[in-house]
Amino acid sequence: MSEDGGVVITRDELRHLADLARIDLDDAELDRLAPQLSVILESVASIGAAAADDIPPTSHPLPVVNVFRDDVVTTSLTAEQALSGAPLVEEQRFAVPRILGDEQ
Amino acid sequence: MTLPLVQRSAADLADALASGETTSVELTQAFLDRIAALDGQVHAFLHVDAEGALAAARASDERRAAGTLASPLDGVPVAVKDVLATQGLPTTCGSRILEDWVPPYDATVVRRLREAGLPILGKTNMDEFAMGSSTEHSAYGPTHNPWDLERTPGGSGGGSAAAVTAFMTPLAIGTDTGGSIRQPGAVTGTVGVKPTYGGISRYGLVAMASSLDQAGPVTRSVRDAALLHEVVGGHDPLDSTSIDQPVPPVVEAALQGMNGDLAGLRVGVVEELFGEGYQAGVRRRFEEAVELLVSAGAEVVQVSCPSFVHALAAYYLIMPSEASSNLARFDAMRYGLRVLPEGVESPSAEDVMRATRDAGFGEEVKRRVVLGTYALSSGYYDAYYGQAQKVRTLISRDFAAAFETADVLVSPTAPTTAFRLGEKLDDPLAMYLNDIATIPANLAGVPGMSVPVGVTEEDGLPVGLQVLAPALGDDRLYRVGAALESLLERQWGGPLVDMSRLDEELVR
Repeated sequence: MSEDGGVVITRDELRHLADLARIDLDDAELDRLAPQLSVILESVASIGAAAADDIPPTSHPLPVVNVFRDDVVTTSLTAEQALSGAPLVEEQRFAVPRILGDEQ
Repeated sequence: MTLPLVQRSAADLADALASGETTSVELTQAFLDRIAALDGQVHAFLHVDAEGALAAARASDERRAAGTLASPLDGVPVAVKDVLATQGLPTTCGSRILEDWVPPYDATVVRRLREAGLPILGKTNMDEFAMGSSTEHSAYGPTHNPWDLERTPGGSGGGSAAAVTAFMTPLAIGTDTGGSIRQPGAVTGTVGVKPTYGGISRYGLVAMASSLDQAGPVTRSVRDAALLHEVVGGHDPLDSTSIDQPVPPVVEAALQGMNGDLAGLRVGVVEELFGEGYQAGVRRRFEEAVELLVSAGAEVVQVSCPSFVHALAAYYLIMPSEASSNLARFDAMRYGLRVLPEGVESPSAEDVMRATRDAGFGEEVKRRVVLGTYALSSGYYDAYYGQAQKVRTLISRDFAAAFETADVLVSPTAPTTAFRLGEKLDDPLAMYLNDIATIPANLAGVPGMSVPVGVTEEDGLPVGLQVLAPALGDDRLYRVGAALESLLERQWGGPLVDMSRLDEELVR
């Protein structure tokens, strides 16, 4: 929070958020997006006083219930179809870059 | 005088097919020709599937000859927003990250269109992942408003609205998360319906905000919208949020409304969705339309929905939160773009994901994903996302109270007429304000329709009136919309969208 109560997203905070969201942002993007996000957050800040503590939250417009179906086999995608959009395929599998090495 | 085929309503085209005046192949070719002639200027389509559409048209003509029609719209062409999966036809969502993706399956909406015999002309342009109100956030360039090519057609479904407006298709499918069907409808003078949440299957609809997204019809007449709604609506076992009840009787309601009699209907004008911030000409056309409802026998009352003033704030927390989670699937592993980071030896999957999402997502998508990440992050969750969910409850309560005193609610659909390309592109907040009147319906899951009510004196551009009804009361929208439309068309001497009104570049 800034002194006038507004929310300010600093460049470093934005870099951290982008990191959490797994998006590389370059310097120009950080410079442009940080002030825009601050303006957007300031505009939604009124939400804090908009509802009393005893109001229940709504996550979904209709009551969400588990939906079951009969346990019968139906047609699904073939392996070839499922792999049809893959950037790289190897031995009928999705080929991906190495998944170990970062902080593991 | 008989109108050329491309200018007729879908209902009239169905009649022309039935009488043998034309064939589906001839009709489909006429629309394909018009797309080929005009879409260089409008850019409503991202992909045109001439071959597939003509094959479907031939099959329709064969069914007709055999007397085995699949639906009342069999043979009438349709266009589909590029956010719905189409087997064998590219589906980009207006994003670079899905530039070459060809889905291996059909969305349920698309499957139902095919099964009902509607040839699919192509996929329509949109703001990237449906994030925007002008179609300028498409990675493939903006769509132009057929009324004035220097202006936006609204968004995110500007492609569907512009295609219908420019007579490049009689019917289109849109999707509406915060107004993406209704707001483009308003600024192009066309009809757009966001059905009750769960009324039309979301299976195969690439998700932005799962608790808000809803597909619906985009047309030039209320009756056409109802006909299309009946084709694509109804329960789908593949969508767990799909409502397991029959589609409300929307076609019947539209036909009933066309007689222009609304005696006994209670119409509530929402105080919070009118007044300051709305363009003078928008207010004037809206007020006149409300007077017309009164003259048709409706009883008009003022209703107050005090929590609606917080709807925009709640929406811009809930929607990005859901979007940041939904768009995590674009990880460069199983489909879509994969970009290797420059200068990194043996990059990890995470390095590749970061580089791909930087290269593949546009600026508005990045803004919303980061905003959602912030709103959901530990320490801020209660203050932002949690609080927004409570406001959502209050908005639903406001709707419930309002529907005690009114059968339907009305407001202007959008605060202004179509704005100029580029005008709001660098000001996200100004862009977000376009959806101020449409957002409450998505938060509460209730259905809404935009129906054209004329053009303003100041700029000659169209104005839309929004009708809202309780959940599962979609038929009420069609009754009121059709009544208003038929009364206005008696004044105008025909539909608002007319060849003579389009940008002079398109009149040929």
